[in-house]
Amino acid sequence: MTAAADVSRAAAVAPPRSAFGAAFDKAFEILCFSAATFLLTALGGIVVSLAIGGWPAFQAFGFGFFTSAEWDPVQEVYGSAGAVAGTLISAALALLFALPLSFGIAIFLVELCPPMLRRPIGTAVELLAGIPSIVYGMWGLFVFAPWFAKHIQMPIMMSAEPGTLWEKITTGVPNGAGVLSASIILAIMILPFIAATMRELLLTIPAQVRESAYGLGSTTFEVVRKVSIPYIRTGAIGAVMLGLGRALGETMAVTFIIGNAHGFPTSIFASGSTIASTIANEFAEATGVLHTSSLIALGLVLFIITFVVLALARLLIGRQANL
Amino acid sequence: MTALGAPRLSRRIGEGAFLVFCWLATGIAILALAAILWSLLSQGIGGLDLDIFTKSTPAPGSEGGLLNAIMGSLMMCVVAMVGAVFIGVLAGTWLSEFARDSHYGKVIRFLNDVLLSAPSILVGLFIYTIIVAPLKGFSGFAGAVALALIAAPVITRTTEDVLRLQPIALREASVALGAPVWSTILTVIWKAAQGGMLTGALLAFARISGETAPLLFTALNNQFLSLDMTKPTANLPVVIFNFALSAYDDWRRLAWAGALLIAATVLTVTIVARILAREPRRS
Repeated sequence: MTAAADVSRAAAVAPPRSAFGAAFDKAFEILCFSAATFLLTALGGIVVSLAIGGWPAFQAFGFGFFTSAEWDPVQEVYGSAGAVAGTLISAALALLFALPLSFGIAIFLVELCPPMLRRPIGTAVELLAGIPSIVYGMWGLFVFAPWFAKHIQMPIMMSAEPGTLWEKITTGVPNGAGVLSASIILAIMILPFIAATMRELLLTIPAQVRESAYGLGSTTFEVVRKVSIPYIRTGAIGAVMLGLGRALGETMAVTFIIGNAHGFPTSIFASGSTIASTIANEFAEATGVLHTSSLIALGLVLFIITFVVLALARLLIGRQANL
Repeated sequence: MTALGAPRLSRRIGEGAFLVFCWLATGIAILALAAILWSLLSQGIGGLDLDIFTKSTPAPGSEGGLLNAIMGSLMMCVVAMVGAVFIGVLAGTWLSEFARDSHYGKVIRFLNDVLLSAPSILVGLFIYTIIVAPLKGFSGFAGAVALALIAAPVITRTTEDVLRLQPIALREASVALGAPVWSTILTVIWKAAQGGMLTGALLAFARISGETAPLLFTALNNQFLSLDMTKPTANLPVVIFNFALSAYDDWRRLAWAGALLIAATVLTVTIVARILAREPRRS
């Protein structure tokens, strides 16, 4: 869309006839401007309030707040490293599962899907994005976790050779709740977002470019690998970062299924915690000033991590994908 | 022809594996959706009786429903939507009609996009520090403000997008007739874009009606039916959270019924919004 398509530019050429209209124009513009600025203030307010609220914790623990994984409300000792590690590990694993799947879905919808099925399947993937995260949490804990424990966790734990590294990272309580199951639920949650963005990006490729590749005798796989992917590369990385941003900040589903244990997760089946799940579990019940403050400080850490990821995502996607 | 046109075996295998993978990936997504919907229906439908809509949340072991939670959620969502539509529509209009290519416009657009996907629990923390802590009490009002702050960026973004789709000739025609800018926007551009703007509002509503994290420490919860939004207010997501993790079977049954209720609402609203959006925009 060209920049000329706004009303104020049109009005500059043909100014309104009545004086009242002209006076109210300015007032209306200021009203709209204030609303836009309000959003900016809200984002600024989030940063400032988290920084102020978290200050006592930063002051009490100094740099140790970032390096220590000890989280003990009884002793009043708090460190963020365990929750940060849990957040990063679960989000990274989720991305590992969701990335190839969402890419496959986007290619399917654009290149392979019979036209009749395109809309129903597209809608189904969108509905997956619409399901509230608390529903994912309940489903994850009561339906997915028992199935996961029986059919995936137990066989893996049984077959692991004692004494190997593999055995070490697959030990855990066989109840299906833990870092890996949380990542799988997260992957299902972020998959539709990445797939939708990828699909929009794939649709921006000019038809001639793809069709000339097909015309040269390329197979679908070759067109995707040598034409589509290079064409959307930057935007696709952005789409992935967008999914990562969602996974990092996801709260309720993870709170249900990650097991909520403080400290570093010791294996892929062990209980862990993320920043968001720690805040969700403890904030309403936090009594001491230091406990509340440490939780807010955790929030600030999460804000910084997600802000960087989301900002990079938006810069890379640009506006072409219209999402 | 076949000797010339048929791809070599290695290419055919690569192609076949790739196609199977794409079909499989889509199948996994559909299967996940079906599995979740099936669990919701099979576990939730049994608890869905008239009591749900006529009685408040019970003590463990006694009869009850979700009336207070449903009312609280409705009140908070309505108040939140009023605020979010007001802010979002005006902000979106500014971005589309007044910001042009200004640096400030670009900054707002960028930060709005970031706000759009920022973790909702942080919005809850923010509202806690600026409303709940100073006023020394959890309230339905604080919950509504938190929800509004989540919905507003969604509405801003969709408003800007649909306004930009309106042809420049529409604006020029109105202004050439002597209409001032404000009435051009109100009566011509907003009118032309109303379908898309409604879609945006519906999607925002779908988004906030299932939000749990920002309500945990703003609206908190309330065992009783209360229409007073200055007090802690019951709401479906937090009730579901508390009941689902409880040890009582009848509480869990209510949690599943509530989850079914929320999911059905969200999915219906999403589908309606999609159908509305289908008419004027490309598929």
